[in-house]
Amino acid sequence: MSKLADWLKNPGVLAAAPASIFLLVGFAGPLLMVFGYSFMPSRTFALNHLPTLENYYSVFSDSYYISFLWSLFLAALTVILLFPICYPIAYGMAKLFGKWTNLVTALIAVPLLISENIRLFGWVLVLLKNGILDGTLQSLLGISLSGFLYTVPSILLGLVYVYLPFMLFPMVIGISMIPDPLKEAAFDLGASRWQVFREIELPLAMPGILIGAILTFILAMGSLAESKILGGQAVVMIADDIESAFTFAQNWPKGSVLSVLLIALSGLIVFVLFRRIDLDQIIGRR
Amino acid sequence: MGESNSSFLELVGITKKFGDFTAVSEIDLAIREGEFFTLVGPSGSGKTTMIRMLVGMDQPTSGDMRLNGELLNGVPANKRPTCMVFQSLALFPHKSVGENIEFSLKIAGMAPALRRTRANELLKQLRLPLDYYSKGVNQCSGGERQRIALARALAFDPKILFFDEPLSALDYRLRKTLEKELKDIHRETGKTFVYITHSLEEAMVMSDRIGIMRDGRIVQVGTPNEIYNHPRDKFVAQFMGEVNTIDVDDAGGNKVRSKADGAVYSVHRKPDGFRTGHLIIRPEIMKIGSAAAKLPNKLQGVVFNDYALGSRVQYQVRAAGGVHWLVERLQDEPFDGKLNDTVDLGWRPEDSILVKD
Repeated sequence: MSKLADWLKNPGVLAAAPASIFLLVGFAGPLLMVFGYSFMPSRTFALNHLPTLENYYSVFSDSYYISFLWSLFLAALTVILLFPICYPIAYGMAKLFGKWTNLVTALIAVPLLISENIRLFGWVLVLLKNGILDGTLQSLLGISLSGFLYTVPSILLGLVYVYLPFMLFPMVIGISMIPDPLKEAAFDLGASRWQVFREIELPLAMPGILIGAILTFILAMGSLAESKILGGQAVVMIADDIESAFTFAQNWPKGSVLSVLLIALSGLIVFVLFRRIDLDQIIGRR
Repeated sequence: MGESNSSFLELVGITKKFGDFTAVSEIDLAIREGEFFTLVGPSGSGKTTMIRMLVGMDQPTSGDMRLNGELLNGVPANKRPTCMVFQSLALFPHKSVGENIEFSLKIAGMAPALRRTRANELLKQLRLPLDYYSKGVNQCSGGERQRIALARALAFDPKILFFDEPLSALDYRLRKTLEKELKDIHRETGKTFVYITHSLEEAMVMSDRIGIMRDGRIVQVGTPNEIYNHPRDKFVAQFMGEVNTIDVDDAGGNKVRSKADGAVYSVHRKPDGFRTGHLIIRPEIMKIGSAAAKLPNKLQGVVFNDYALGSRVQYQVRAAGGVHWLVERLQDEPFDGKLNDTVDLGWRPEDSILVKD
């Protein structure tokens, strides 16, 4: 008892308490409830709600794996596309732009202040048949792009557009952490620019790149608006299924099962990535 | 031009401007093959700019650089047969000691087994344990990291090895040890070493020849002995360490007159056309007490303070005209003076150096 009292007197514990309680109630609590719901019988009016695995059986026997695969595929592709797009910008922001970096940062961050749905509807206007892009191309070059909206590439465009800042900013930090003399030393030892990039820059920027990639991947895995607004009926992503289970179908247990599986899948992938690539070793602390 | 064996690396009229600021101005210099050459200068003297141009990280605004007669201007650092040990060492933190050493060999496409053999040879040459091969560079001590950086540069097998004050961050004792080690490595490898530092003391220990830089120009080039015994001007003399410098006028014959108190001293030799300048006398060649009595140049002063320097004792003696003299004696030389005693100071004319303004 006195040990607990001592522990509670520790200023660190006291200082961490508000945040811990907030996290427990606001983050861990709801997750636990979702986990609990996933074992509840669906659409039943029985008084004794005994836990059951029935929801898991039904999800696995159904075709939900298609939505999972689409989400996985699109999230992975988003990360892969974002890398070559973000790296040059991040390099410029970290090493080249100087005082212009603030302006570039603002230009990229300001759209985040506007609701994602509204920004995506903006893209609909651009990509729509006879819309801004299609119309311009038709009148200037006579090319028609009318079939682009409501396809998988248009969803991908939305994902890349929306999640670009989440990949970019950690990458900027990763690249700016590389001391210039390391690159000069490699160059002096005979390395070409490409070899300097591969041997020095890329491994040392990896912590930032990985954090950006993981952030983007997780967000894209749980994304919904892009596939609904820009994809129409082209693809159903898993978040879409979860939403319909909770709202349209009023089947909370099924929605919970899908949520639990999504969390588990994303968690597993991130965990494996983090395990495989030792951040401390990359930064050189060990 | 470059055919002569004496100039291996030859600089002609090297100038570097950053906007309106001239960092390095009209430098002519010839470095010989196999020598240990050190550029010394205070911060802002242009020595870092010099070495960056020599390595190929910066290009001179004007002037020519030739290595073995071949023009180096415009050749980027990765295409030059030279290599530098950085001030920060710039070891790659994500690579092991062995991978750091092997880096240039890997870049050159050498097979892994051969690389490893060469890395082990270098570990041995630099007195590093062989099992360091797989150790992380950040687990190594300062002195070990120094050796790894040197091994990495030697693995490149450069024609000239440049050093950008790599020892400046180390503590005094380790620095002294590594200075000697570096000179030993120079002997073992027979390579041309070009070193820059702000410490003339460091330069003296290691170098075959020294170039002294000031405000983007080379003031004097010579062997450590030449620089020590015949500094060209007051700047070089004072850069050497603590010296007594008194402003003097010509007093005819072999005499000069102190501007501070009018005292007249004999000198051994006067520079041509000497009118006014500085008389430089090192503390360690001045005598104090009875040892000074028989010397041609003499003065009297009051012992203000004493400082123990290990094998020697240094005294601050305040004389007429407000001149503060520094005098040293060996521990076993007799002297019974105390603080506030009035004592004799003296030196032989041939031990002083007279430089023009």
